[in-house]
Amino acid sequence: MNFSEPFKLSGLLGRFSPDGKCLASCVQHRLLVRDASSLQILHLYTCVDQIQYLEWSSDSLFILCAMYKRGVVQVWSLEQPDWHCKIDEGSAGLVASCWSPDGRHILNTTEFHLRITVWSLCTKSVSYIKYPKACQQGVAFTKDGRYMAVAERRDCKDFISIFVCRSWQLLRHFDTETQDLFGIEWAPNGCVLAVWDTCLEYKVLLYSLDGRLLSSYRAYEWPLGIKSIAWSPSSQFLAIGSFDEKVRILNHVTWKKITELEHPATIASKQTVSVDPKSMETLAELGNGVSDAPVIVYKEVEKSPTVGTERLSFPPTRELASSLFSTQSKYDISQVPVSLQYIKPVADRANPKVGVGMLAFSADNCFLATKNGDFQITSLSWHSSGDSMLLLSKDNFCVCYLEREEVK
Amino acid sequence: MGDWKTITVPVLSSDSQTTFPYTSERKRSPTSMSSQVLRLSLPSSKNMHSFFSAFCTEENIEQSISYIDRELTTLGFPSIYAESKGKELNLVSMVNCMNELLVLQHKNLRAQEEIEIQHLKLGSDMDHLQNCYAKLKEQLELSKREIVGLQEKDRQLQSKNRNLHQLLKNEKDEVQKLQNVISSRATQYNHDMKRKEREYNKLKERLHQLVMNKKDKKLAMEVLNYVGRADGKRGAWRTDKTEARNEEEMYKILLSDYEQRQKQLLLENTELKKVLQQMKKDIISLLPPQKQKPKERPEDGLVLSDQEEDIGELNKENMWELSCETVREQLTNSIRKQWRMLKNHVEKLDNQVSRGHSGALNEKDVISREDHELETEKLELEIQQCKEMIRTQQQLLQQQLTCDDDTTLLLQDCYLLEERERLQEEWRLFREQKKNFEKERKSFTEAAIRLGLERKAFEEDRGAWLKHQFLSMTADCKSENMTTPSAFLRSSDPDIRLVRSASRQRRLPSVLSPTVSPEPCQISQYITQNSSSVASEKPAADNKPNLWVESDDKEETEECTKSWEDSGLGTLCRNLHMEQLP
Repeated sequence: MNFSEPFKLSGLLGRFSPDGKCLASCVQHRLLVRDASSLQILHLYTCVDQIQYLEWSSDSLFILCAMYKRGVVQVWSLEQPDWHCKIDEGSAGLVASCWSPDGRHILNTTEFHLRITVWSLCTKSVSYIKYPKACQQGVAFTKDGRYMAVAERRDCKDFISIFVCRSWQLLRHFDTETQDLFGIEWAPNGCVLAVWDTCLEYKVLLYSLDGRLLSSYRAYEWPLGIKSIAWSPSSQFLAIGSFDEKVRILNHVTWKKITELEHPATIASKQTVSVDPKSMETLAELGNGVSDAPVIVYKEVEKSPTVGTERLSFPPTRELASSLFSTQSKYDISQVPVSLQYIKPVADRANPKVGVGMLAFSADNCFLATKNGDFQITSLSWHSSGDSMLLLSKDNFCVCYLEREEVK
Repeated sequence: MGDWKTITVPVLSSDSQTTFPYTSERKRSPTSMSSQVLRLSLPSSKNMHSFFSAFCTEENIEQSISYIDRELTTLGFPSIYAESKGKELNLVSMVNCMNELLVLQHKNLRAQEEIEIQHLKLGSDMDHLQNCYAKLKEQLELSKREIVGLQEKDRQLQSKNRNLHQLLKNEKDEVQKLQNVISSRATQYNHDMKRKEREYNKLKERLHQLVMNKKDKKLAMEVLNYVGRADGKRGAWRTDKTEARNEEEMYKILLSDYEQRQKQLLLENTELKKVLQQMKKDIISLLPPQKQKPKERPEDGLVLSDQEEDIGELNKENMWELSCETVREQLTNSIRKQWRMLKNHVEKLDNQVSRGHSGALNEKDVISREDHELETEKLELEIQQCKEMIRTQQQLLQQQLTCDDDTTLLLQDCYLLEERERLQEEWRLFREQKKNFEKERKSFTEAAIRLGLERKAFEEDRGAWLKHQFLSMTADCKSENMTTPSAFLRSSDPDIRLVRSASRQRRLPSVLSPTVSPEPCQISQYITQNSSSVASEKPAADNKPNLWVESDDKEETEECTKSWEDSGLGTLCRNLHMEQLP
């Protein structure tokens, strides 16, 4: 693997364009656009303040830079470097900003979630959406970019409004049976909207595109509930990760649980589980169900080379130096049963670091990767072919390749 | 019997040591039945005299005899005195009495023995029973103690159970309480949350109003120039129509999704149905076709009818592809039935196998094994035969391939000869056909030449005839009566005839005169003859000459001429006509 020389970056804002040709990165208040293959700087833009958020438009023609402190959003064009656009929210403040799927509208969420303003780059019109909900995932676009679902809260009740993105017309407005809506997510086929409640209440509601309640699912009542949710790419399964360290999977025909996957501290042999204790991940095999396939536990083992003292020389040669400081790590297959390090979470704090926090389906619907517990993985994503997976933590990143048997 | 006792008493008192064995034995017996024991006194032979001397002495003979007599009479014996009132003894009666007494004594002894035996028996039984009683008593004691112990344990366990129940109840109550506490706290929190949220909303509204009121003077958005839409179209006004369109689109999307899902489900269903049907067929094939047990005949009948029904159903299903409840139920029910039968069959087989293992051979098995062996032998024979055949064939093939040159040449020659003969045949045929063609061609050419000549002749005749006509016309004008008989020109109207003839002549396809005399029959015959000859050369020419002959007198000549068109014999006819003309 080859690495380029490192470039300066602030705020973890480095993004590839959706068409993969350019790479945008920002340093303080400057935005740099590079060519993806040669890393040559194509454009350089200067914004009015430190950039806090960066997003490409879906057609890779525009870049949005949001400066929350100033409440200003600036939009730059790649085709015409002279083109500029500045949106100033003024005293309303700015908390979040994002593109619409067509790449011509910008949705700004003002401070205290007072409203969402839809600014148009094509027309002089401005739309307002009142009472948006202040939650983690309050705005969701369908995969084909036709519809937008916004979670709202009026008079202590949760509502969902569905807008047609082409004209920003309100299509449907209905209330949900949640106590305190935590997030919404469209299924990849754009016909079902999953709505889940706060972690004090385990409840998942499934609404169809026209606002009808299709089904609701509740696994248990009192302990802490849902931590994360993921749709499978074919919209056939909905995986729900909860604070009781289990993943429950619902099917799209009956919306009932088809299987429950556990993350026990001791891994016995009758599960298909592959664990890397450093990051505490589990790979469970779907499709064929949890069969009697053997468990493979990969344990990362770090080996630092030992050097005999008589061989030390001063100044240390280059090879010696590199070998002294390089720790090689490799993965060993541990024998089951394996008991994993399990740190009991502090019981009297809110948002305990326990439970299934991250879920990711592979692109071909065959695998589900989950992260259970408190481990420093910041993201977990699959390759589009479903063969490999990337794990990112603060200091490390790991690429896992799957050896797949011939499954019919 | 008490009397007996009284007698012996004085004897015993004097002679306790030299007792009679019986009485001493009596005394020794420890049983408590001694009170009831008869103390029989039997004088032993030893002590006879002493006994006698004790009772009867010289002095009291009379007294003793009278005493004895008295006793005997009281006992029912006859008196020992003679009938006379003197003191003479009746010896006979005395002897009888003595005999009687002896017999009685014997009887008594026997009875005594028996009683003693019984007494012994009873004694041993008694001992036995006493032992048993003692043992049972001990056992009873033991069991009573055990019972007491167990009861004690039972009591303890019961108390423990009660305690545990109580604890459980307590725990449950606590849990219930805690749940109630939780729910009450939750409702309280909700209420508080709602209150705070309302306050917050109010603040937000206020803030919102302030923000909106401020209305920053500077433009909120400044853009160099507006950008075109992503899809290139212009923006549209929001109207009801667009709303309706949006609704429509949304429903379309939903419907297409549902349709897709339904298709998938249908596919799945058909696949599953196919699998089920396949399974059913397999199960039916696995089941034995017919069993000999009469019990199962009705079942078999059912099975068969069921199978037929099923097959009928299958066909129906295939034809109609029904997916309604009844069809589905039928299918699943029939599969369940078959599966049950198969299970029973397998169980039966298992039983048979187990029975076979235990040693009891089932006749059926034996027969089937024999059959199996016979069949295997047959098959082996067949295999051998086939192998031999293959070997011989291989040999022959090899021979063919690797035979000597001579034989190959011969063979090749044979083939060549065959081919040559065939070719010769074909040549012959070909030559024949060629000859025939030649002949035909010759005849055709002759006919053509003749035709040409005849045509020439006809033309000359025509010319002559015209001349003649013309001349005759002028002659007619002078004389009205036409003396020259004309076979063809018998009609009174000469013009018409002329016209007709002229028209006839004009019409190249020859036109025969409508007026036909019997003479033309001859001509026609000739023509037919000719035509027949021609016809033979032209086999293609069909019954047209016949037509002409038949329709001679009756029909219009047009038909006839038409029939003669092709053959070109029309000119012939014309020529003939002309020939006939004067």
